[in-house]
Amino acid sequence: MLEQQLVNALSLGCVYALFALGFTLIFGVLGVVNLSHGAVFMVGAYAARAVVARFDFPLWAALLFVLLFCGLLGLVIDFLVLRPLRARNAPHLIPMIATIGVAIILNNGVQGLFGAENLRFPSGLVSEETLSLGGLHLTALDLGIILLSFALMAVLLLALKKTQLGRALRAIAESPKAAYLLGINVEGLFLLTSFVAAALGGLAGVLIGLYSNALFPLMGQPMLHKGIAVIILGGMGDIRGALLGGLFLGFAEVLSVAYIGSSMRDAVAFGLLFLILLVRPKGLFGSQQERKV
Amino acid sequence: MDSLTNFWSVYSNLVLTLGTNSLLALSIYLTLSCGMLSIANAAFMGIGAYASALLTMHYGVSFPVALAAGMVAPAVTAFVIGKPTLRLSGVYLAMATLAFGEVVRIAVLNAEPVTGGALGLNGIPQSTQWWHVALALVLTLALLWRLRQSKVGRAFEAIKEDETAAGLMGIDVGAHKLLAFVLGAAIAGLAGTLNAHLTFFIGPNEYGFDRAVDILTMTILGGIGGLNGPVVGAVILTLLPELLRSLKDFRLVVNGFILVLIVLFLPKGIWDPARIRQWFGRKGTPS
Repeated sequence: MLEQQLVNALSLGCVYALFALGFTLIFGVLGVVNLSHGAVFMVGAYAARAVVARFDFPLWAALLFVLLFCGLLGLVIDFLVLRPLRARNAPHLIPMIATIGVAIILNNGVQGLFGAENLRFPSGLVSEETLSLGGLHLTALDLGIILLSFALMAVLLLALKKTQLGRALRAIAESPKAAYLLGINVEGLFLLTSFVAAALGGLAGVLIGLYSNALFPLMGQPMLHKGIAVIILGGMGDIRGALLGGLFLGFAEVLSVAYIGSSMRDAVAFGLLFLILLVRPKGLFGSQQERKV
Repeated sequence: MDSLTNFWSVYSNLVLTLGTNSLLALSIYLTLSCGMLSIANAAFMGIGAYASALLTMHYGVSFPVALAAGMVAPAVTAFVIGKPTLRLSGVYLAMATLAFGEVVRIAVLNAEPVTGGALGLNGIPQSTQWWHVALALVLTLALLWRLRQSKVGRAFEAIKEDETAAGLMGIDVGAHKLLAFVLGAAIAGLAGTLNAHLTFFIGPNEYGFDRAVDILTMTILGGIGGLNGPVVGAVILTLLPELLRSLKDFRLVVNGFILVLIVLFLPKGIWDPARIRQWFGRKGTPS
């Protein structure tokens, strides 16, 4: 029984990690706590359902469509809202408030268009077959989520570590001004980051939508809270931290449901987060920085 | 006179909500003015609301006593969690207070025998009169105004500008931050108590993340340069959904757009004396 729980925890944790990756990328590179990330996540799920239900897209095409669609949405948000604030050098609270406005627009826009009721993906979209591995039952969905998430994370980590682009991004995360002076196209990379982050968020939305098979306009809110918990666990702006934090939260939640009770599921995540912040103010995997006078 | 009575019977709740929302905006303004981004105020509001509502419902306590309890309970909570929490700064403090808020919400949700769980508390006596809210707002404004003029207020300002430098000047940074935090919690609790005894019903989800964000938005939108800003922000954000009622499903979309536009085009919030002077042609120093 425990092994089965661990499989569930792994797939849930993978989705959390994907979501948190986008969240932490935006914070690390742009320095913005992007509270519209949950809404983008929800838009991803609705967009996938729309193309699957209306135009009979196969799942892979729907995923690809969501990557592009949410990526573009991220670009638009960055271009219209975050870029003017950057140009003005607004203190970090201000972009956060602006993204709250964006989230309100998206959440209520979707509610106005699709209604507040729960929607489902058409049945038979994901094969019902299960893979049995020594008493473990992996559904096709579990397997797909785990493989897709790990593949995307590996690509992202490698890109950040090994490519010129990744080095440029890390330079910006360190100091946008210095990076600009070194001839890095800072503005372009900001836009790229917004694209990638939103694409990942939207993809996570589709995966959760398939996993729980219930789409509703406010589905992004609880996810946003969890994303916040994850990037705190991992240290804000830390890519590897977001991965580990996401997996950790997945395991903590599933195990607490199994052993404590489902009503305490969210309390465990946030209680843990609160305690960790008190003991390690910069997150579990974050490094301590003291300001020098 | 008739039309006035009519207006009051329809809109009294809205008008009183303006008052309680202003109190909430001021409560977070207080912590912001000390350089702390704490978003636990929705939770403190909830603690105050539940503490006072339980007292008036089950123990028949008189309203003034309930008001006092509704302020003391969150203040004590703030004092207890303040010490370890306020070591954090910036975004980390925001996140820790946010997590605290969620913990409170979930605790209320699960303490069903006492708090009624997800169903909330029903049938709270409606003891809040309009003058209670008005008096609370006036007293709070007077207190905060006096505080701004005092040594403590100047210390808050110094800490907001530069914590390290303020510490080196001999200001007890920790104690001042704790004071602002506890006082903010008490004001939020006051607003929660008044609100609970106005609306007849309270539930745990009223005090969650969304409420916390609402409160923060009101304050930032209004501007944190002075005491007028938070009140103006609270009034605008409370009235906006009512004014946009004719747009039905999409009214909150417009609400969101207005929020984004204000952030984009009014950097210092709506209440920005320099800008207002500029607009009305008098000589002012555009900042």
